[in-house]
Amino acid sequence: MSESDIATRVRKIVVEHLSVDEEKVTENASFIDDLGADSLDTVELVMAFEEEFGIEIPDDAAETIQTFGDAVKFIKDAV
Amino acid sequence: MGRGMRRVVITGLGMVSPLASGVEATWTRLLAGQSGAGRITRFDASHLATDYACEIPLGDGSDGTFNADDWMEPKERRKVDDFILYGMAAAEQAIADAGLGDLTPEEKLRVGVMIGSGIGGLQSIAETAVVLKERGPRRVSPFFIPGALINLVSGQVGIRHGFKGPNHAPVTACSTGAHAIGDAARLIQWEDADVMVAGGAESPISEIGIAGFNACKALSTQHKDDPQRASRPWDADRDGFVMGEGAGVVVLEEYERAKARGATIYAEVIGYGLSGDAYHITAPPPDHEGAERAMRAAIARAGIRADEIDYVNAHGTSTMADTIEMGAVQRVLGDAAAKATMSSTKSSIGHLLGAAGAVEAIFGTLAIRDNVAPPTLNLETPPEDAVIDLAPKAKVERRIDTVLSNSFGFGGTNAVLILRRVDG
Repeated sequence: MSESDIATRVRKIVVEHLSVDEEKVTENASFIDDLGADSLDTVELVMAFEEEFGIEIPDDAAETIQTFGDAVKFIKDAV
Repeated sequence: MGRGMRRVVITGLGMVSPLASGVEATWTRLLAGQSGAGRITRFDASHLATDYACEIPLGDGSDGTFNADDWMEPKERRKVDDFILYGMAAAEQAIADAGLGDLTPEEKLRVGVMIGSGIGGLQSIAETAVVLKERGPRRVSPFFIPGALINLVSGQVGIRHGFKGPNHAPVTACSTGAHAIGDAARLIQWEDADVMVAGGAESPISEIGIAGFNACKALSTQHKDDPQRASRPWDADRDGFVMGEGAGVVVLEEYERAKARGATIYAEVIGYGLSGDAYHITAPPPDHEGAERAMRAAIARAGIRADEIDYVNAHGTSTMADTIEMGAVQRVLGDAAAKATMSSTKSSIGHLLGAAGAVEAIFGTLAIRDNVAPPTLNLETPPEDAVIDLAPKAKVERRIDTVLSNSFGFGGTNAVLILRRVDG
């Protein structure tokens, strides 16, 4: 799976869950600071990533996923 | 309500009902004798003993339909069970209707919320139990608990509007809505708040909800061919209640505050009475002395005579208990029963469980405003011992200054509200 494939699918999840415009979901966009998520939203996002990519993201790893770029990078290494 | 206590009036109304979204649209249809009943469309109910209910009419928001997008953003909506959505919608309507305007931060400390529910997020609990069983605990949504908790209607309304007064939610089955309004009025009387947003919300029309009430033999099952004839309080052919859904919310306000700001005052909450049956988990005692005591307590609290009551909005669920309630009402009113009118609006909208008492208090409020008692649909063969006019099949236009509204719940919990016209 290419990084751009992963990025496309992650972006789609973020847009759907947080109801934000696609162009706001940039590399360094923070889910909480820039995209309006609260702590429960980020838990749900991580669950959605796990579903989409068939991976498991442990809680301590989930805490390091703060931005869109973090998510893409983590998933790329995990799949 | 109570000597020397602050007076509490109703200054805002909001409702989502099986007849319509909106108080006026519902009221117009109610008086016209329309029924909200039909075959269940929300899920396949063909395998259940009851396949009909009173569902909220969904649509684009025009012509009284309910459009969820009008009340909560899609992003927020999918995090909550439907009872919260309905409660939020009714609360928004009531707050807008009251015209509270821009409140200062200090004023918001004195505005509270008390919107309860009988069961809360039943559908969410059922769906999440399946997720847990089939896919394991890591797939349980972080929004499951805050989306199913009963007090999260009050919580959500408080958060949206910044209301920082008492935030509370009663849970007393089918008495919830009445208890919410009565208890909220008391919080104003006791100066815990100056304004309370109060009512009930319920979304029980789900497979598990219907199956559960079928199992305890509470629902009508014999009217699959004509669901609109199924809810027939006091009628000889009644065979159980018809499930409804929705929410009713009022804005209660301390009288002097409401008067000072020139608010529309619909009615005053002058009486509130409570009792317990201590008898059975789902049935009232044969004489329903608990209901009688709650009515007498409300009348005493109001400081009125029983013969001053013009209209009774009955609990009247279309079950065997209807005639038991009628007997209790007629004992309380005595000779005055012959000149009062009583109807059950559940004949039109079904039984909204925890929302019922609030929705019915709103109907009582509008009965005072418009001097009209809504009809009891499908009442073709009334009980032989009926002395009180049961408004069979047609509204009754008459002078209505004082209304008594009954709500009784599983567990033997009774709540009675008395509302009165405010002159001037």
